[in-house]
Amino acid sequence: MKMRTLVLREIFERKSQLVTSFLAILLGITVIVSIKNITFYSEKAVAREMDSLGANVLILPKSSTLQDYYAADMQGETIPEEYVTRLAMSDLAGLDNLSPKLSMPVEVQGASFTLTGILPKSEFQAKAAWGGAGIFSRPVGCGASVGMMGSDDKKTLARKRVIDNLEDNEILVGADVGARLKVKEGDTLNLLGRTFHVTAILPQTGTVDDSRIFAHLHVVQDLSNKGPVISAIEVIGCCQEISKGLVSKINSLLPDAKVVTITQIADAQIRINRMMANLSLMFLVIIVFVGGASIANYMYANVFERRREIGTLMALGANSGLVLRIFLFKALILGVAGGIGGYVIGTILAVVLGPKLAGVVVLPMPLLALMAVGVSVALALVASYFPARRAARLDPCATFQEV
Amino acid sequence: MLKMENVSKIYRHRGQSVTALNGANAEIRDGDFVSIVGPSGSGKSTLLLMLGGMLSPSSGRVLLDGQSIYDLDANARAQLRKQKIGFVFQTFNLVPYLTALENVQVPLFLSKIDEKEQQTRAAALLERVGLGDRIHHKPSELSIGQQQRVALARMLANDPAVILADEPTGNLDPETSQQVIDFLENVNAEGRTIVMVTHDPRAAERAKRILRLDRGAIVSEKVGKNSRHVAA
Repeated sequence: MKMRTLVLREIFERKSQLVTSFLAILLGITVIVSIKNITFYSEKAVAREMDSLGANVLILPKSSTLQDYYAADMQGETIPEEYVTRLAMSDLAGLDNLSPKLSMPVEVQGASFTLTGILPKSEFQAKAAWGGAGIFSRPVGCGASVGMMGSDDKKTLARKRVIDNLEDNEILVGADVGARLKVKEGDTLNLLGRTFHVTAILPQTGTVDDSRIFAHLHVVQDLSNKGPVISAIEVIGCCQEISKGLVSKINSLLPDAKVVTITQIADAQIRINRMMANLSLMFLVIIVFVGGASIANYMYANVFERRREIGTLMALGANSGLVLRIFLFKALILGVAGGIGGYVIGTILAVVLGPKLAGVVVLPMPLLALMAVGVSVALALVASYFPARRAARLDPCATFQEV
Repeated sequence: MLKMENVSKIYRHRGQSVTALNGANAEIRDGDFVSIVGPSGSGKSTLLLMLGGMLSPSSGRVLLDGQSIYDLDANARAQLRKQKIGFVFQTFNLVPYLTALENVQVPLFLSKIDEKEQQTRAAALLERVGLGDRIHHKPSELSIGQQQRVALARMLANDPAVILADEPTGNLDPETSQQVIDFLENVNAEGRTIVMVTHDPRAAERAKRILRLDRGAIVSEKVGKNSRHVAA
């Protein structure tokens, strides 16, 4: 016989008494796993959506407004280009894409457009000091396919706000500009006395970008004679990180700039994610109190019921350490069973109900099994410790009928 | 050898003192078979618990093979019980959810004996008490007499030198009582020391010595029927 035999036999002998506390822990873990699983995929979906929407955090000069930005960010106020370095060098999580811009008006063939300078990804990487730290070494947190990962296809600028390369004599042309000027890829265009090659015609976005011509930031800075300044930094911020206070963190890093989020988009998603997180926390608290109290109550009753048996074991030579281990081992079994059971049922519920409740496809997450078993075992052990200690301190004389 | 030197035990309950043992002295040599008799509340079970290292005296010393038991800590006393003492109880105290075989294995498990060896030794002991065909039965599936025989087999599992029996025939019919006492006599004949608390005069008579307790003191000592077997 081993301790395992002793404990398992007792569990199966008195299983009906165990049912209530087992159910408490099982249901608690089930709910937590379901919510966590659905939340994960919901956040991932949100992140994908944010990715498709483009920038969601803007860094503007202090006196500028969001309306200025939407009016082609030609408000005249600027911020130093060095702010981009500060952001890139910082350890702020959730800054997946940075896109500094400087805009100025241009006239082409009698029509007014906005010439916007952008910094390609290759420029970030070229700065040696940025290579080993900051944004390039920071993991992409949203789970979306964004980041500083540019693409050879220059049309990605329309969506991802970042491109890999842009030579000094290259421009990207917004959809409306292309249509108006009747230019196509490979054409040349004269702007403020300089000749540029049209590298790409950007797809229609329905935004002010359709009326822009994009050139290298440093070229636009030269053409505008404004020096190393920018008029805005567009950021694709990670939705969760925005909800965790990314804006205020950027604010403290750049106190002389204004940081705004596109709140109509971010807030709704953040609210849903917050609600899910709160719900998950609430159930964790419930399971800790209800499940823990139920297990502790069961264990105290179990110790009381088995005091003669414990006394007999002690009379036969069991020391208090062994008695403590017997009860804690039982708690461990309860915790492992509750954790695994909760994970399995919770995952099934999440996969089945996820599409109906959150409108997202939910897949099983093996990592949640570790969390489920960890929480369940920790809870069972903590709740059982004091009853187990009481058992270990029982007076073995209780085995005798008469004292 | 078991020895009690001027042992007293005073219980305090709701502010009142109750003297269970009052300066008891006793010497129980190896191989002895001692019955302890006396009226209820005379301190018989208290004395047995003290000899088993489970109840510390208020004053005095209890020695087993020259070692003062209560100078050891609780875990060391548990170790001592495991090595040298076998218990048998009036209500058998079998673990209800274990089979007869597993119940006998308990002391062997506590002594960290290999599982295979546990099973072999437990099965042999059950065979010895005549329960070779009941080894996989749980206590609830056995008669009262059979349950006490499982308890006797468990008592011998660790091959103890000293056996402490608390009313071993208290719950049994006369015929089964007779079998239990016969078994204890056999075990005593192997050289083990037996101390038995009993209310049953016929069972007490089967010992080598009979100690009478009254109000916590040993008031008389009588020679039993088996006195001729007392070891020198």
